[in-house]
Amino acid sequence: MITDAAGLGRARATAFVLPALVLIAVFLVFPALWTIYLGLTDYRLTGLQAANPQVVGLDNYTSALGDPRFLSSLWLTVAYVGGSAVIGQAGLGFALAWVLRTRRGTVRRLVEGVVLLSWILPSTVVGFLWFALLDRDGGTLNALLGTPGFAWLLDHPLLSIIVFNTWRGTAFSMMLYSAALENVPPSHLETARLAGANVFQQLRDVVFPLIRRHVLTNLLLISLWTFNDFTPFVLTGGGPEGRSEILPIYVYNIALRGGELGLGAAVSFLILLINLVFALAYLRLLRGRRRQEATAAAGGPPA
Amino acid sequence: MISLHGLTKVFPGGVRALDAIDLTVADGEFFALLGPSGCGKTTLLRTIAGLEIPTSGNIRINEADVTRLPPGRRDVAMVFQDYAIFPHMDVTDNIAYPLRIRKVPRAERVRKAAEVARRLSLADLLHRRPAQLSGGQQQRVALARAIACHPAAFLFDEPLSNLDARLRLEARTFLKRLQRELAVTTVFVTHDQAEALALADRIAVMSAGRMVQIGTPAEIFQRPSTTFVASFIGSTPMNLLPGTSTRGALHVAGAVRAAPAGLGEGDEIVYGVRPEYMGLSETERQDGIPGTVAVLENLGTGVLVTLESGDHLVQAVVPEGSEPALGVRRWAVPARSLVYRDGALLA
Repeated sequence: MITDAAGLGRARATAFVLPALVLIAVFLVFPALWTIYLGLTDYRLTGLQAANPQVVGLDNYTSALGDPRFLSSLWLTVAYVGGSAVIGQAGLGFALAWVLRTRRGTVRRLVEGVVLLSWILPSTVVGFLWFALLDRDGGTLNALLGTPGFAWLLDHPLLSIIVFNTWRGTAFSMMLYSAALENVPPSHLETARLAGANVFQQLRDVVFPLIRRHVLTNLLLISLWTFNDFTPFVLTGGGPEGRSEILPIYVYNIALRGGELGLGAAVSFLILLINLVFALAYLRLLRGRRRQEATAAAGGPPA
Repeated sequence: MISLHGLTKVFPGGVRALDAIDLTVADGEFFALLGPSGCGKTTLLRTIAGLEIPTSGNIRINEADVTRLPPGRRDVAMVFQDYAIFPHMDVTDNIAYPLRIRKVPRAERVRKAAEVARRLSLADLLHRRPAQLSGGQQQRVALARAIACHPAAFLFDEPLSNLDARLRLEARTFLKRLQRELAVTTVFVTHDQAEALALADRIAVMSAGRMVQIGTPAEIFQRPSTTFVASFIGSTPMNLLPGTSTRGALHVAGAVRAAPAGLGEGDEIVYGVRPEYMGLSETERQDGIPGTVAVLENLGTGVLVTLESGDHLVQAVVPEGSEPALGVRRWAVPARSLVYRDGALLA
């Protein structure tokens, strides 16, 4: 077997790869390892420990896991991911893709354009637009609903950021599902319709089995993105009283506002571990499906 | 029985796919819709199925007006060109799918699927996934699924065209016998004239959203009503030669032929002769079309001879072993002929 198809030789090949590897090492691997190290120290932004941090072992981890603020933040994050990514973006994105699937022309282009616009605008711009929308005194929403003085961001902070992130991220799911639905042969749907299947049965029996892999991949990506999303900070800053303080905002608040860099690093590492568990679970689901298909293709269960 | 009255379908953008179609397909009849691509045959089938909504006109299946009913309530089953077998279900579940939607209990469904599968020689494959089946087996699964729900009519959309040539002939015979046994009204769409001739009780030849001719295979083959049908039907295309009538005779590519009644002096006609009904004479004849042998094509049991006659090509099929040599002169003598004036059959 020829492994050196380009005929570069080991030295030149290494020279080509090296710059990229150096960049990855400096900006990705080193900070990650540095964070793990920091998580084991009492490093602070200011004061004595800023100059001379001491290794404190797993103290940061035990204090984080015992901190009710961390646990409530974790719970808020789960609700945020479930509400805005899984139900909001994936659900609404699929619904839009399904409805637009047979539409052509102006209506489709208009809806796609609007949905995409909310995705490509810069976060800070979008944040201030939503601030103007939800503001207590001069807000557009209160003017529309005729509820002057209703403080959306103070009374329903979690709901506000869930709706906000759904609005913001639906475009990705919609585009991914649109592409996936293109792969569903019309004759399969028509066979189901001729058998008398309603829309729910068509989705259950024809569409979802065919696009299952797209659905899983989409859920993996958007839940990871949403889990690590910092944008809600622009709207609520994590408040009031930490009621919208999802994990990335929690880390920011303790590490940079509170100055406890060591604790912040430890929590960051915990977030990384949770992300890993997410990814592994999805990959298992994908691979499990593939193994079943492989078994079936290899001769199936004994008849 | 399926009857269509004034069925018209105009697509957005103005394409008139069906133009005031009137048709009655009798109980148990095997009816073929034949035509080139874009002639509206598939649109007609899909409109009967309820997958397309007609612009005007109505559809009755067994006397019930189904024009506004959704596909699932028309009691028809369709087999698609790509079979549309669900890849994630095994053969049993695929065959029993319409029964599942009708809430037939699981045990009953499995029994019914096994019974239909036995009839289509699929009994050993009930637990296989579609990916493990050959093309012919997949086609029979699609048929089995259509049969399992006992519909009032079968609608077939070119179900044989994805099979290779040899298998297609076997499947054709099988399909015809199955339809005879089940005696279910069947509408079959094809662009293959040989398939339509072989399978159907009656054929409708379609062009540009209209039915050009409806008749039995024998009628369509022997007396195509227009030059379009004449050129479309037959495995070797019919010779269509221009001619004129003068003084009670037809002058066609150098031959003088007897003129049918009803032709005026100087009328322009098209003279149609199937290559199978064209003889070759070695000696000059006044009623023969003179030409030079230009091409020989072996058809197995015969040879297709192409004569070059002035600007025209004239084809004849001769028995194997009796073909002339290339370049020699021959006279093509029609044994059976058709005369068309303005594209329509005269005699």
